[in-house]
Amino acid sequence: MTRTVSRPAGAHQVPLPLDVEAIRADFPILSRTVRDGKRLVYLDSGATSQKPTSVLDAERWFYENVNAAPHRGAHQLAEEATAAYEAARTTIGAFIGAPENEVVFTRNSTEAINLVAYALSNAATAKEPEFRRYAVGQGDEIVVTEMEHHANLLPWQQLCERTGATLRWLGLTDDGRLDLSDLGTVVNERTKLVAVTQQSNILGTINPLGGIIARAREVGALVLVDGAQSVPHQQVDVTELGADFLVFSGHKMLGPTGVGVLWGRYDVLDALPPFLTGGSMIEVVRMERSTFMPPPQRFEAGVPMTAQVIGLAAAVEYLQRLGMEKVQAHEEALTEYALAQLQAIPGVTVIGPPDTVARGGAISFTVEGVHPHDVGQVLDDLGIAVRVGHHCAWPVVRRYGVPATTRATFYVHTGYDDVDALVEGVREAQRFFGVAPSDDEGATT
Amino acid sequence: MQLQSMYQDIILDHYRNPHGRGLRDPFQAEVHHVNPTCGDEVTLRVHLDGETIADVSYEGMGCSISQASVSAMYDLVIGKSVTEAMHTGEQFMTLMQSKGNATVAEELEDDLEDAVAFAGVSKYPARVKCALMSWMALKDASARALSSPTGGADA
Repeated sequence: MTRTVSRPAGAHQVPLPLDVEAIRADFPILSRTVRDGKRLVYLDSGATSQKPTSVLDAERWFYENVNAAPHRGAHQLAEEATAAYEAARTTIGAFIGAPENEVVFTRNSTEAINLVAYALSNAATAKEPEFRRYAVGQGDEIVVTEMEHHANLLPWQQLCERTGATLRWLGLTDDGRLDLSDLGTVVNERTKLVAVTQQSNILGTINPLGGIIARAREVGALVLVDGAQSVPHQQVDVTELGADFLVFSGHKMLGPTGVGVLWGRYDVLDALPPFLTGGSMIEVVRMERSTFMPPPQRFEAGVPMTAQVIGLAAAVEYLQRLGMEKVQAHEEALTEYALAQLQAIPGVTVIGPPDTVARGGAISFTVEGVHPHDVGQVLDDLGIAVRVGHHCAWPVVRRYGVPATTRATFYVHTGYDDVDALVEGVREAQRFFGVAPSDDEGATT
Repeated sequence: MQLQSMYQDIILDHYRNPHGRGLRDPFQAEVHHVNPTCGDEVTLRVHLDGETIADVSYEGMGCSISQASVSAMYDLVIGKSVTEAMHTGEQFMTLMQSKGNATVAEELEDDLEDAVAFAGVSKYPARVKCALMSWMALKDASARALSSPTGGADA
């Protein structure tokens, strides 16, 4: 991929929509130092986000005041825990425009996708006729894209192996976007489900889901949208989206680890057999066989991650106070600035869309002559946390002919000073490894 | 700067001018190892003359640590018996587990030669795998070479 944007170094900084200093004060971890007293420049929110005090307080409040297993027991704590858990479901559902009975709590996006994939193969062997509606088997096709995170690829590969269905995929263009030229043939009458990410975790691309979902509708296929990188960063409304499933992870949106969400259209969820079975999800249990609760309980076996769900609701409220439109505008301003600054460095190549059109704030890049691990090591030494490697999207780095990339991701506490630190750090890596352009000689040899 | 302790000049020299790089014939075993967390990979061949490692040839892509490590390993194992080379590999593993303990590095300096420069890497758990990848490949390839029909017989 070539650098197509030419912008003078020192691109101007528009005022950021969010008050970065005030927000940073909400995140205890941002006041610690790393690597011998350096300020922490956290540019790895795409892997996991940091947590504001209100989220930590919400979990603590639950454990100190209410802790009990929800949906079991008749004592006061159990009642209060159930009420808190279900109130959190309402809050989190409202965040994506969904009624609470369409919100299923999972461990994370990965588990939510696996839930759907296993429900579809379980449907093929279900004894109950009402659970067979979406059964996947031989002759059926599942469609993914080449830019999916492994979490939205492997469950479908495995589903196809279990059922004899065929996996197909949409490819990528050289500028980091979905190649939709063969959408009409890849998604066809045999397609049972299309699984696609809304925002690429490695390229930053925001995908044009409207056309893909419309095509899936034409052929009667289900659509699952991976929102792990979109729901934390932009307003997502499931009614506008028009898909059948949306998955996202709490820990990437200021919430705790261990909680994710599967949203599903109620009539679709209601026609799916369970994935995990056990306590909580049952209607009547006999030794011979059992019947199951309606959604969402059908998909929530066992005592749930109650404190984490309540923490996630606090994270949602924090984001709502900031306003998702502002969050997105904030990241777009940072992305525009960072793309200009990075692409102004000779030897740096951005892997993904070179401008902010239909693009989020994940910026992957390579530095000529310096392996991403070594770039990351130099940045780490300066207190800058980025991700290096294939970002759980190995086919993407392969597609673009690089072994790995360095990736910076932004969030609500990110400021221009963080981007400046990154840019200076990349130049330092070039100096350290003796590949700095012209004026600088290798500093180490 | 902490970086200097990790990226010793010896490591950067091996990285920029790797020793023994390239795949060569003859060989009794070829293995392909990857580091699944980052995608780095190495293809490595072993040629035995009896019990002696006559050649180790390799191609790979990866960070400076992984590439320098295979180069330093090449220098250390050529001409050694498989048993001796595996012992050296164990010493290198000990160094990688030393968490930056200078005493460990001093004790191993005579045996590990240039490879003792990787002592600084042991302070960074995420990078230890990079340094060990080629040694794991060598262990694997040597075992296969010894058990291959032509193992040890000079091809």
